Amino acid sequence: MLELITVTATINGDAMTFLCEPRQSLLEILRGELRLTGTKEGCSNGNCGACSVLLDGRVVNSCLVLAVEVDGRHVTTVEGLAREGKLSALQQAILEHAAVQCGFCTPGVLMTATALLRAHPDPTEAEIRQFLAGNLCRCTGYDKIARAVSDAAQRMKEATAL
Amino acid sequence: MTYQVIGTRPIRPDGVEKVTGRAVFGADVQLPGMLYGKVLRSPHAHARIVSIDTAAAAAMPGVYAVVTGADLPEVPMEPAARLGEDQTQIKEIILAGDKVLFDGHPVAAVAALSPDLAEAACRAIRVEYELLLPVTDILDAMKETAPLLHPNLYTNVWGGVRPEKPSNIAGHIPISRGDVAAGFAEADVIVEREFRTSMIHQGYIEPQVATAKVGEDGQVIIWTSTQGSFDARGQVAGLLDLPPGKIRVIPCEIGGGFGGKSKVYLEPLAVLLARKAGRPVQLVMTRAEVFKATGPDPRGIIRAKVGARRDGTITALEGWLAYEVGAFADSAVGSGVSCMFAPYSKVSNLRLDGYDVLTNRPRISAYRAPGAPNAAFAAESVIDELAAMLGIDPIELRLKNAVRRGDLTPAGRRWPAIGLVEALEAARATPHYQTPLQGPNRGRGVAAGFWGNWDGTSSVHLVINRDGSVALTLGAIDLSGSRASMAMIVAEELGIPYAQVKPQIGDTDSVGYSDVTGGSRSTVTTGWACVKAAQDARRHLCEEAARAWDCPVDEVAYVPGTGCVHGGEVLTLKELAEQGPIYGVGTMSGAGGSPAFAVHIADVEVDPDTGKVAILRYTAVQDVGRAIHPAYVEGQLQGAVAQSIGRALYEAYVYDSEGRLLNPNFLDYRLPTFVDVPPIETVLVEVPNPAHPYGVRGVGEAGAVPGAGALANAVCRATGHRLCDLPMTAEQICLASLRHG
Amino acid sequence: MAKVWLPALMRELVGGREMVAAPGATLGEVIGNLEQAWPGVKARLCRPDGSLHRQFAVLVDDAEARRGLRTPVGPDSEIRFIPPFAGG
Repeated sequence: MLELITVTATINGDAMTFLCEPRQSLLEILRGELRLTGTKEGCSNGNCGACSVLLDGRVVNSCLVLAVEVDGRHVTTVEGLAREGKLSALQQAILEHAAVQCGFCTPGVLMTATALLRAHPDPTEAEIRQFLAGNLCRCTGYDKIARAVSDAAQRMKEATAL
Repeated sequence: MTYQVIGTRPIRPDGVEKVTGRAVFGADVQLPGMLYGKVLRSPHAHARIVSIDTAAAAAMPGVYAVVTGADLPEVPMEPAARLGEDQTQIKEIILAGDKVLFDGHPVAAVAALSPDLAEAACRAIRVEYELLLPVTDILDAMKETAPLLHPNLYTNVWGGVRPEKPSNIAGHIPISRGDVAAGFAEADVIVEREFRTSMIHQGYIEPQVATAKVGEDGQVIIWTSTQGSFDARGQVAGLLDLPPGKIRVIPCEIGGGFGGKSKVYLEPLAVLLARKAGRPVQLVMTRAEVFKATGPDPRGIIRAKVGARRDGTITALEGWLAYEVGAFADSAVGSGVSCMFAPYSKVSNLRLDGYDVLTNRPRISAYRAPGAPNAAFAAESVIDELAAMLGIDPIELRLKNAVRRGDLTPAGRRWPAIGLVEALEAARATPHYQTPLQGPNRGRGVAAGFWGNWDGTSSVHLVINRDGSVALTLGAIDLSGSRASMAMIVAEELGIPYAQVKPQIGDTDSVGYSDVTGGSRSTVTTGWACVKAAQDARRHLCEEAARAWDCPVDEVAYVPGTGCVHGGEVLTLKELAEQGPIYGVGTMSGAGGSPAFAVHIADVEVDPDTGKVAILRYTAVQDVGRAIHPAYVEGQLQGAVAQSIGRALYEAYVYDSEGRLLNPNFLDYRLPTFVDVPPIETVLVEVPNPAHPYGVRGVGEAGAVPGAGALANAVCRATGHRLCDLPMTAEQICLASLRHG
Repeated sequence: MAKVWLPALMRELVGGREMVAAPGATLGEVIGNLEQAWPGVKARLCRPDGSLHRQFAVLVDDAEARRGLRTPVGPDSEIRFIPPFAGG
């Protein structure tokens, strides 16, 4: 008989309780149990970043986090970025810079970039690229994504300055 | 020509879905009662299947269906092909017959309540193999003494006679004209080298996935991330001996394809399992399965030879290409032969000889200009060496020999209006090229590349609603945002704001036949179908107006931005649509190829101690005909550069001597990351395609052709060593240094 | 008469020539007339049922022969056979 563990976590601001096996990853639970399919599976061994989410504000590959580990903690996924019907500055910048092609890496990129700008509100281009190096993109060649993140940082600075 | 919408950079209509995670990709599909499928795969590169025992697996609780090759019907491929849906699939690739032919070859599939249960069931299947000698080297595979992968494979000799004996050579394509011996005799300088390229993968971040539901009435629905829903339908119909009309393929958003998602792998398995289980079944590939058992880009051996006079005029060109196609017949060398030396093909003396060779590896699939990057790496390397030997600037040398309209292509047709000269001149004029590169261990490389761009068939329809908005349904799937360009074209044709057009991708039951999205044909052909649909709608609008005004329809004119006019009267789109929805239908075939040239400039710095290559600056110049949405066109050029960097410096399949893949993961198979790719400057040259209403040329693939050559040339000028093997790893660069000083 | 550029391996059938001429109002007629003058040509280009091998793309005056063997050919037309071209 499978042993199921009860986990309670705050996901995108909402308290959620779910059952999982000890061996199941956070990624599996997010996409399966919780039907939050915005977070993507690209490799399941921590090398592509498509499954990136924030765990207590820190970027993690959710394929490498066991679901049981998030008990009592805060998880943010791409579904939690837009607030009150408005896209975040990063989401908006990605769209305006045409920095999405197939869109599969986009949720992971957005989560990592969100964490970056929270920790470093004024990153250089090199810092942006270094921080995002764990997020693979095969379509865009990275150029427009880096520009979008830089642009979003500018806008966020201007918004807080007001 | 001034346009209202064409040439602007609006946000794509599906953009919000993509940045909020709401867009539905294949693996996001969840159906009530859905089971999970897993595939049992061969661990051997070449073996006979002596027996398969599925009894234990089928008896496991929670397992609903097990299938093997015996469950595939014996059907000749021709019937499906005659129905107009191209059948290029071979059933033994889906599930092995009496032999396994590559590490990862599917042998059986299971559907169960959970992926874990399905995997456990796979482990419970007993397969007895009799090992055979694997064929792992291209040249060995071509020998008469090589073990045969297929006893009945005879070389398809292009224009020649079928050989008497079977072999591992699937195809031989020789083209020639003039007298190459005389041409080389006439040359003052000759450069001749052999090059080797590695098997690599398209590297799409989304693994293959398919979900199928089979009704008691035999109706099949398949959800899949595919480059071609109709093509997938045709392949499944042919493989499973089902009428295509009973199969509905619903294309999901697709996380990258680049040519690798035009063949089906999981779809037929999903249908077989769903039918047997009586419940929907979803199969998702792991990353290791994607590497082992989808369709990579071929390894190649390319010999390139160029002869020229001292003033740089090329007198003869020669090439010999052997591309591995994997374990089943396919062809990449046709394109290799059509593109090799294409920028200089006006020469009268030319000979290109191409072979497609079988080895015990997965069968190849297309990868962004398939066959051309390998050939261009070789061709552009020897051209660069020629330029260095003659002391001529690399762009000047290319300009001197550049093909223009009316010159001959490698295969002997005449070039139509093309933009190679314009692209070379634009490259020369860039701030990048005009800025000398200074400093030790640094080098600048240039290369040119060509791709022909396919046309195919696309169907679309649109409906004008009562509020004047337009619902546009596209038959060809959208890989990377082309639906924005389609909406722009319709908006331009009707003279309405872009925001009023809502594009979506249809499925095989809701829209007309459309070929695979590939071959860089979308904006050309699907775009043209949109033009036709808009013009059809305009005709219907005028008919409606003529009815309303009770006048002959040829007295009514459609004025974009205004509506229908007659005398001094006007009826707007909204007013006309209030009578009932207005339809417009467009199908386009035969747009013709839209040949495109790209020129790349790469500056590198090579660490003399570690061999690591840093790319300092990169410019991609390309003739795009006309950029409908310039930002997305730039994105295509930039994405192609990043893939070229991977091909040139980092990526390779590594197999052991038994034919087992050693690096089927993103750690050991290294895709370029944010830190490996510099900012990429793009220059969009517009030499309009005369055959297209907007002058559009395909853009997706041409930019994937010259990159490896440009980087090889840059590394050569930085280190003094001509590297002839891809990828040019740090190790290879260090070894060259040690060997040659 | 239409000018026909044959694939390299077929030159042995036509005395080593790169280009041969043959009359005909359609591609099929031209191939038929070529076969009369140079036996063996048709077997290289066509399948046993008479249709063109799919591995040849055929150009008539630099445009793809969309009607196969029924593609019309003019008195000064140029016919070329081109290798298969993939796409991804």
